[in-house]
Amino acid sequence: MHRTGELYGQFQTLEQQKDSAALGMWVFLVTEVLFFGGLFLTYTINRHAFSTAFGVSSNTLDLWLGGFNTVVLIMSSMTMAMSVWAAQVGKKKQVTVFLILTLLLGTTFLGVKVIEYTQKFQHHLVPAYHFDITYHSNHPLATDKPEEIANEKEELEKAVDRKNPANDQDLNAHAQLYFSLYFGMTGLHALHMIVGAGLLVWLIKESLRGRFTPQYNTPVEIVGLYWHFVDIVWIYLFPLLYLIDRHR
Amino acid sequence: MSEHIVSPKVYAVILTTLLVGTAVTVWAAYQNFGSLNIVIALGIATFKATLVVLYFMHVRYSPKRTQLVVVCAVVWLGIMLALTLTDYTTRPPNGRLSTPRAIQTFQA
Repeated sequence: MHRTGELYGQFQTLEQQKDSAALGMWVFLVTEVLFFGGLFLTYTINRHAFSTAFGVSSNTLDLWLGGFNTVVLIMSSMTMAMSVWAAQVGKKKQVTVFLILTLLLGTTFLGVKVIEYTQKFQHHLVPAYHFDITYHSNHPLATDKPEEIANEKEELEKAVDRKNPANDQDLNAHAQLYFSLYFGMTGLHALHMIVGAGLLVWLIKESLRGRFTPQYNTPVEIVGLYWHFVDIVWIYLFPLLYLIDRHR
Repeated sequence: MSEHIVSPKVYAVILTTLLVGTAVTVWAAYQNFGSLNIVIALGIATFKATLVVLYFMHVRYSPKRTQLVVVCAVVWLGIMLALTLTDYTTRPPNGRLSTPRAIQTFQA
């Protein structure tokens, strides 16, 4: 990567050079869209086939943590966009400030994700590891909102009742399918967040040396594109994973 | 350089819209619209994603060939989703997905 911002021989103007870099990043993001697209496709097919199990499983997720994380990630996209703006208008100090804010919001997101994953272990919701979809609502030590757990319990008892032939006879197995997708999709998303955080650390280091100017801010712009893409993935993950059948 | 600089005011409007969109999604999830629930949820998500692409990612002000690449991403994703789902949603009723044999053995 050209790091000083001089014009390379194959380009005629700096603008053309920057547009080419952005185009290259977009081509990479197209492959990412299809990469995540495969997971969304798997999700859609299984949700269509096992809608009860998916609804029941989705309702065990903590909507407050998920909603908080959605807001955090949208805010981080805002600060990322602002650091691009600061670089474009030559406010060098603000570039660093906004990049640090973005990194802080990104790590907050990952921290909340750790809390959520821990809860999944405590509630026996990790596939192939003492998985039991009824555990949470039956267990007196599970300390979420009692009235919400009572609702879940009622819903589960109806769904688990094997005497009703209309019910999903393998609810526990199909709930594991939901949680496999939950961990697969949020895990891959979190991995992208970790890569993004690494890139931000590098950007902060460079911006502290005053590297980014109105003439040369391609790295901020390019990492910004990546960061916003990861935000878009979450914009879809949040309603698809957390908000199934909430109205019951 | 004729680079277009998006002003912080525009970013602020987009941010507000995205946050309102999130609130509306959560509200809508608690209403019973029947089979429309998923359509509404995905509609709002797509609206939010479009705003991010157009303004935060500057696609609205990008060269036409960059815009073409973005459109291609959506089209190819559409092909993958549409053609696969055409298959899955037109299987005969007795051809539905069943519990994999490995899990049946595990449960027995």
